Parts: sequence; structure tokens; C-alpha cells
Amino acid sequence: MTDQTPSGAPGPRGPHASGDPRRETEIERLHRLEAAARPDQRRGDTRRHVDAATVAALDIPTRPDPAAPPTSVAQSGATGSRTSSGPGRARRRARRGWGTRLLGVVGLLGFLLTWELVSRTGVVNPTYLPPASAAIADLFRNFGLAAFWEAVGDTMLQWFLGMVIAVTAATVLGFVIGSSTFLRRFTNSTIEFLRPVPSVALIPLAVLLYGVSIQSALLLIVYASFWQVLIQVLYGVADVDNVAMNTARSYGLGPLARLRYVIFPTTLPYLMTGIRLAAAVALILAITAQLIIGTPGLGAEIAKAQSGGSYVAMYALILATGMLGVLINIVMRVIERRVLSWHSSVRTEVVK
Amino acid sequence: MKTLKSLLYIVGLPVILLVIWYLATAFGEKNFFVPTPALLAETFVETWTWDRMTTDVFPSLVRLFWGILGSIVIGMVGGLLIGSIRWLRALLEPTLEFFRAIPPTVLIPVLMLLIGIGDDMKVAVIIAGAVWPILLNTIEGVRAMDEVLSDTTHTYGIKGFNRVRYLILPSAMPQIMAGIRQSLSIALILMVISEMFAASSGLGFTIVQFQRSFAIPEMWSGIVLLGIIGVLLSFIFQLIERVVLRWYHGLREIENAA
Repeated sequence: MTDQTPSGAPGPRGPHASGDPRRETEIERLHRLEAAARPDQRRGDTRRHVDAATVAALDIPTRPDPAAPPTSVAQSGATGSRTSSGPGRARRRARRGWGTRLLGVVGLLGFLLTWELVSRTGVVNPTYLPPASAAIADLFRNFGLAAFWEAVGDTMLQWFLGMVIAVTAATVLGFVIGSSTFLRRFTNSTIEFLRPVPSVALIPLAVLLYGVSIQSALLLIVYASFWQVLIQVLYGVADVDNVAMNTARSYGLGPLARLRYVIFPTTLPYLMTGIRLAAAVALILAITAQLIIGTPGLGAEIAKAQSGGSYVAMYALILATGMLGVLINIVMRVIERRVLSWHSSVRTEVVK
Repeated sequence: MKTLKSLLYIVGLPVILLVIWYLATAFGEKNFFVPTPALLAETFVETWTWDRMTTDVFPSLVRLFWGILGSIVIGMVGGLLIGSIRWLRALLEPTLEFFRAIPPTVLIPVLMLLIGIGDDMKVAVIIAGAVWPILLNTIEGVRAMDEVLSDTTHTYGIKGFNRVRYLILPSAMPQIMAGIRQSLSIALILMVISEMFAASSGLGFTIVQFQRSFAIPEMWSGIVLLGIIGVLLSFIFQLIERVVLRWYHGLREIENAA
């Protein structure tokens, strides 16, 4: 630890410097040695073995998931994208980049064209499935309407409030429970039991208690996203390296300083994964609550359009929810990269 | 002694919570919204024994089963295809990403229009929402395949079905199982929601009925039943996962021990 920065953070260094937040495994070390000896032959695929296993560590790296898998992205690299990279791969990617993107656009256009044709030729009743062009035109018309933006605003407000409550509560509780073995064992059964309870089971309760006000949506959103974050934080706190912890103790760091400089940096990648997962879930629940209960927002507009028989508007709004989902994914990904820019799993990607 | 202690750990908090719940509801003013534990248990038994079991619970579970089965089959077959053909993947990936980002519940009104409100609509809704995690995870799993292994099988001339059976499936399996786990919870949510939307039987329908008629203890018992189904589902999944991924968990243990 000679290169220790003045801030004196002993946490994320040491055993984590290997490019994988977990301890370096034996296999990985061997591959690394091998790669160092013959760099030109093994083209950045040095960590393939470990990768197939760690990437598969049951989180889907590149996308936010509705249900948190038990292990975290932090094991496969905090960004979640494939950690295996290297000069060969980078070169290949650069060459293929534009072609891939073009094909993707072609795919999207193809999908829209199919939709258009299926509707225009009458394979599916065009009243029920209006052509894509109509839906898209309506979507663009929506962009100019204040009512549309109000619905989007309502949706996002519920999403945001729900996220803030859930993340704050889950983080605090996660740190408290995670830092004590007793509490962890004591709460384990309850958490494992409450977690799989589908949040939509609470819909009747929400309606009964809050009616169509925003609290109903918040209840569902908070319940669903709370577990995503809590579980990740618990895993993160459990992942704290013993050596780092003892080192911090020997250097005389108090409990608060240890929390700030040891536990927090270790947990942060897990926390970010949890937040990313929760963001997607929160949007789903926000829209669902609006759709079923009728709290104001895009979902309520969809329900209105459907029951009012204006199917074109309904499809346009559904497209809008999809775009909102994509947008949230992208933004969360960017935030995660920013926040974890110091983390080895992000750094190595840039360097290699 | 040791087993007693771990038993205490397991039942400790639930018992405390139950006691708090009891104390909070049994004494003082009668709370309209929250029944006492005893009343809830009584109602639960009363409400969900055989009659409703056959008219509501089983139909729901059957829809759930077909929905999950359908998404697993479609997701895995589609994922294997898209994952192994590079241009196909590049062609479809952005579209699939978009579909995945659409909150699955908004598909219910669409499918109601296109298919009607029968049982097949509910199965279709479940599939339409639950197929994405499996599909995308299978693609991802196939893509993240070990290149050395892949080259080796090529060299040995292992092709076609054998390649899928002995190379692609095993190496993608951990990812696929992760996808299935997510799909299970989505499928359960969609089952409930689709029944709340348009149905004359099923769990979601019954619970909303209770809520609308202010049958509060019955409504709570329905929530509890949904919770139990969710817990059972994840328990069954864990059992299956343990069998299917036995080799993988072993591998992980060795790696972690190193």
C-alpha cells in the first residue's frame, strides 16, 4: 500500500487490483501468467474461462432486470458488460461496429415494415392493429401536446419518488443488517420469505388504502424495488475483504471511517447494480399501477385510450413507454459508469 | 443445541412480527383494514379450501404453467438460433431490446384486442412478458461461450445436434437459468394482472372482487395466498436449478476456495 492516496482509502485496493472485484482465482492467475508470456498468441482472451463462469454469475450484465438474481454483477465487472476485452477484440469490434449498427437499424425498420404490412393487408384487423405509420405519427403528435408531457411527468415523478424512498430505506437497512452477523442470520428467513411475494398482490390493499392517489403507485414501486436494492447491499457488505477491514482497524479507523472507506467502496458496485435493477422494476410497477389502479400517468392514458376505442393512441402510448424504458436503461448505465469510474472493472475496460 | 439455535434464528423474527401484529390489532379499537392474525388464518382456510381451489386457484396455476413453459421453449429455441447466427443477432438485437424495455403489463390491452379475453389471452400475456429475460439471456449465454471450447469442438468435427447438446447448452445454462428465474416472477405478476383486467375466474379476479366488496379479511387471505405461491415457485425453481446446474455450483465452489 505504498501508493496509498492521502485520503487513505484502504478498501478497494489490495486484493481487488486484479481487474475483478472478487479475489483472483488460481485459474485466472495461471491464464494471466500465460498471457504475459505469449501476448500475441492469446489475444486478450486470457480470462475466458473465468469469464464464462463469472459473467454467468447469474446477473444479466447488460440489462436491468425485473428480478434480482442472487449474485451480483459486481462479480462480472461492475458495469456489467463483458469484462473480457483486449486488443484483438477491440479491433474486431471497431471493424464490425458500423455494420452491426446498420443491421440493427435494418432490423428495427424491418419490424416496423412487417407491422405496417400486416395491418395494411388485413391479415390482422386494422382496427385492432393500426399500421405502424399511424401509431408513430400519433406519437409525434403527442410530443407537441401538454397532456402527454404531463402524463410522462406524472409517471417519472412516481418513479423517482419510489426510487428515492426504496433506495434510501434499502441502503440504510442493508448496511445495518449486513454489518452484524447476528442481524443477518436473524432476518434471513423473513427476507427470503417476503422477497418473492409478487408486489402486484398488494394492488387491492393499495386501492383500499389510497385509492387512485399517487401513494398507491408508490406503495407498489417501493415494495418491488426495495428488495432488489436490499439484497444487493447485503451481498456487497458481506463481500468486504477481511484483510482490508483489519488493516483499517490497525490504522485506527473508527467505525464511521471504516464504513466510509472500507465498507462503502466495496458495496458501491453492488448498490449500483441494485439501483439499476430497481429502476427498471420501478418503471414497470409505476405503469402497472397506473394501468390497473388508475393513478395518473402514461399507464392510465393507455387504459383510457383502450377503453375509449382510440387504438391508434394506445399503440402510440405503448411505444412511448418502451422509449421511456430504453431511456431509463441508458441513463442508469451512464450513471453507473460515472459513479464507478474508479472501480477496477471499469478502469481495465478503458485501459485494455 | 446447534440445530435449536439455527431454528431460533429462522423462526425468531417471524414470531416477533406476528406478535407485534397481534398486539397491534387485537387490542384497542378494531381496525377495519387489518384483521387479526387469528381471523386471517381462519378466513384463509375458509376461503381457499376446495371449492375455490378448483374454480380459481387451479385455473390460474394452469395458465401460469403453460405461460412459463411457453416462454422457456420459445426463449431457448429463439435464443439458441439468434445467439449462434451473428448477422441475425445484429439484425434483431435493438428491436428485442426495445421490446424488453416495454413494461410487460401494457401488452395486456394489446393482446386483449388481438386475441380476445379467453384463457389463451392470459397465456399469451404471460409469454409476451416472460419470454424476454430467457431469450436475451440465452443469446448472451451462447455469445459468451468459451472460444477455446468452441474451436475444439470444431476441430473434432462435432456438429449439429451434438454441438448444441454438449457445448452450447451447458455453457449457456447458468445464464439461461438466471433468465428463467426472472421470468418466473414476471410470469406470476402477469398472471395476476391479466386476471385483474379481464377474467371471470382466477386468483387476480377473486382478490379484486373481494376488495371491491370490502371483504377485507378475504382480500388479505388472497394476498397471503399469492405470497405463498410466489415463495413456493422460487423454492421449486431453486430445487430444479440445483439439479440442472450441479456441475456449475461445484465449479464455483472450487474457484471461490482457490
